[in-house]
Amino acid sequence: MGSSSSNMDHIPDAQHLMQETGFSAAHLVRLYERFDFLDKDDRGELRLDDFEAVSELAMNPIGDRIIRAFFSPGRETVDFPSFVRILAHFRPTDTNRTRNGRNGAQPEPANSRTNKLKFAFQLYDQDRDGKISREELLQVLRAMLEMQVTEEQLQSIAERAIQEADLDLDDTISFDEFKKSLEKVDIEHKMSIRFLE
Amino acid sequence: MAALWTLPLLLSARLLGCLALTPPDELPQPHNLPPSLGFNISHGGPSVDLPMALRVFSVDYHHVQAPFEIVLWIMLASLAKLGFHWSGRVPAVVPESCVLIMVGLLVGGVIYGVRHSAPPTLSADAFFLFLLPPIVLDAGYFLPGRLFFENLGTILWYAVLGTLWNVLGIGLSLYGVCLLAQSSLGDVSLLHCLLFGSLIAAVDPVAVLSVFQEMHVNEQLHILVFGESLLNDAVTVVLYKLFESFLRLPSVSGLDVLLGGCRVVVVGLGGLCVGLFFGLVAALTSRFTSKAQVIAPLFVFLYSYLSYLTSEMLHLSGIMAIVTCAVTMKQYVEANVSEHSNTSIQYFLKMWSSVSETLIFIFLGVSTIQDVHMWSWPFVCSTLLLCLIWRATGVLLLTAVVNKLRRNAVTFRDQFIIAYGGLRGAICFSLVFLIDDFPKKRLFITTTIVVILFTVFVQGMTIKPLVELLDVKRKKRALPTVSEEIHSRLIDHLLAGIEDVVGYWGQHYWKDKFEQFNKKYLRRFLIREDHQARSSILRVYQELERREQRGDEEAPPLVDPRSHSRLLLPEEMDSIRRILSRNLQNFNNKQTPAYSRHTLHQDATTDRTRKPLHRHQSLGERRTHWPQQWYHNSDSVTLELNALSRVLAVCSISPRPVLQDSSATAQTGPADPRPAGDDQVSPQHQVPAGRTPKKQLSFVLENEKQQ
Repeated sequence: MGSSSSNMDHIPDAQHLMQETGFSAAHLVRLYERFDFLDKDDRGELRLDDFEAVSELAMNPIGDRIIRAFFSPGRETVDFPSFVRILAHFRPTDTNRTRNGRNGAQPEPANSRTNKLKFAFQLYDQDRDGKISREELLQVLRAMLEMQVTEEQLQSIAERAIQEADLDLDDTISFDEFKKSLEKVDIEHKMSIRFLE
Repeated sequence: MAALWTLPLLLSARLLGCLALTPPDELPQPHNLPPSLGFNISHGGPSVDLPMALRVFSVDYHHVQAPFEIVLWIMLASLAKLGFHWSGRVPAVVPESCVLIMVGLLVGGVIYGVRHSAPPTLSADAFFLFLLPPIVLDAGYFLPGRLFFENLGTILWYAVLGTLWNVLGIGLSLYGVCLLAQSSLGDVSLLHCLLFGSLIAAVDPVAVLSVFQEMHVNEQLHILVFGESLLNDAVTVVLYKLFESFLRLPSVSGLDVLLGGCRVVVVGLGGLCVGLFFGLVAALTSRFTSKAQVIAPLFVFLYSYLSYLTSEMLHLSGIMAIVTCAVTMKQYVEANVSEHSNTSIQYFLKMWSSVSETLIFIFLGVSTIQDVHMWSWPFVCSTLLLCLIWRATGVLLLTAVVNKLRRNAVTFRDQFIIAYGGLRGAICFSLVFLIDDFPKKRLFITTTIVVILFTVFVQGMTIKPLVELLDVKRKKRALPTVSEEIHSRLIDHLLAGIEDVVGYWGQHYWKDKFEQFNKKYLRRFLIREDHQARSSILRVYQELERREQRGDEEAPPLVDPRSHSRLLLPEEMDSIRRILSRNLQNFNNKQTPAYSRHTLHQDATTDRTRKPLHRHQSLGERRTHWPQQWYHNSDSVTLELNALSRVLAVCSISPRPVLQDSSATAQTGPADPRPAGDDQVSPQHQVPAGRTPKKQLSFVLENEKQQ
């Protein structure tokens, strides 16, 4: 990638981003190219319709939630650092923790298991109250199952899910309960996009 | 049921009669006697004196012999197929290919017994020129394009590297066996072994398709095995021809091997280009067929066959050409021709490929009966063993590597199916006949037949029970909880979405680029003007339909839902789990069954009384300009729903005006059309989807249950 150094100049705050997210220079450049591609009118930031132009996302049952996840609450646009920070969640987990000379003072990287789970949790928890209520769960279920089950089936499924996970019996799923219910699932593998390594 | 079996037997007797009358090699004698005034002279059979008077009734078999026999064979094949499907429990246990081979064996045996000489065999030319193209064309036309291209890397990996691995492995090991058994197999050289390896290692698309379609594997697995069997044609043919030409050369140098490698690429890409060319020309031609709609389907077949023949002429890969041609022209042709033509195309494709397949298997059976077999225990047994071993190790190794690069790992169960489902079929058979004659050729023929029969019978019959056994074993381990399932599916969707955002490996970038190119240039050029607007909407609609067509074909047992109860019964738990594991939409189509060989996808749903899908209101909200255009798109219309609740009143709306009204009101708002739609919908009695004419959309508005 001979042109990478010149491209890197376009990227604001590249060094800082690399350190924060753990992406390599090559990846950052590739992500910047993608960002540029999505940014149809060259504004330097992405808006809702730029995301909606990705046709497969429109067909994804939770596509709108994913799009919304990119936007920080209250903001209408996504700039490149925010774009990269969100995508940093999907980097494969570093197997060798000591590679970056990590010590306890440093915050957990975005692609740690907990942070990945937190991202998924926020897809459910649209009102950001830290709990998945029955209604929020039902909304997601309805989006995913859409036309294949009846309303009663949906209710039963949601019922069962809350039953299994809800340990403190408050009829909602908190983040810790969410984490616990997924302890057997290999999240690091499942929630990683390998080429972002 | 049993009565139907007598028909093929009767037919074979008739066939026998014809064959008994005339030896098979004899061509129908031309009428070299000038037709004299009204005299009908019959040839053949017992010698007949020239008639002295006018004959009122005579039999002139020679005149029609060739087409007559062909038709009889096809009739036999089709009746056997019919009989197979009517014979109760047999289809569940024995795959169709096995039954057909057995029928062929029977017929061949009978013919042999009567005439004491070999029955007609399947000539390689007839196979490659007439019997194989329809099957491959059908496979290519109905190929799930998106899935295929998504998995293309893996498919190529298996096809090219896997085949190479198998060929070299089997060839070299067989040579080792020949060295060990010097006494009987001493004159089989290394090149011969490699040649044999190249033709026996190839997985056969015909056999694979015929077994897999009865197995209901998920789409991804189906596309992997099937794609591999299609694409390895390039490698197989090249290696075969390579080793054959090496055999003719006095010596083989390294340069020749290198050239051979280049040939693989040339053959594959050449076939691709030929197919592309003809596909585009076909698409262009179909643009102008509006004034003569009846012959539009003909162009599809003509151009595809032409592409096959052209690439065979240039010694390129005919299979790749015809598949590429079909894939290329499909979207444009479907947009250009009328709906009736589309249906005709699809039906004819299915029909011809069905007949071809049946004929191939029957002839395989018939050709087994020969009096020139050469048997050698070590050779045959070691071939069988080596085929299995090398395929298994190949699949394991390749999958271990490729799993690191895929998001959806190929599971162990899938690997087993891929390895065990590598059936050999008629392609090997034809190729072995084409070998130049050498002392041990008969041995090769016999071994090939044995391998084919073994794979088709033993592997074909046992793959289904083994897979179910594996599934059961898998299920006995800890069942995932419902939460795990839901959250896992959510994460799958999430990852798919993020990949779409990021443009995973530039794959989507290229796809986007292609779509732009497609829209700007190709579609404008190749599709009729008045159909262009329709086609983009049709396409997205079809995409949505495709997405919704996932879901189990069999209705799960009726659940008795108890709402708002804290405790759920175990049966309910099982059914919920079943619903989740079957119905939850995995964006990558992991759980859905693949398309059916014998019926078009729509027809598969009309066999049973299915209740059509009801359209969710949210769709109407998101894209409200659609409903008007939906009427024109009648092909991908009839969908099925797993009728789970007895509460929902589901009907199909037959008359169009009602449809227009209800969907017109759907545009105004979600709340309004529901009561109006229900009033119009409920008086309609429930029409089984089978009787719903294809033209009409099964569009049902949901009642107030769905909030």
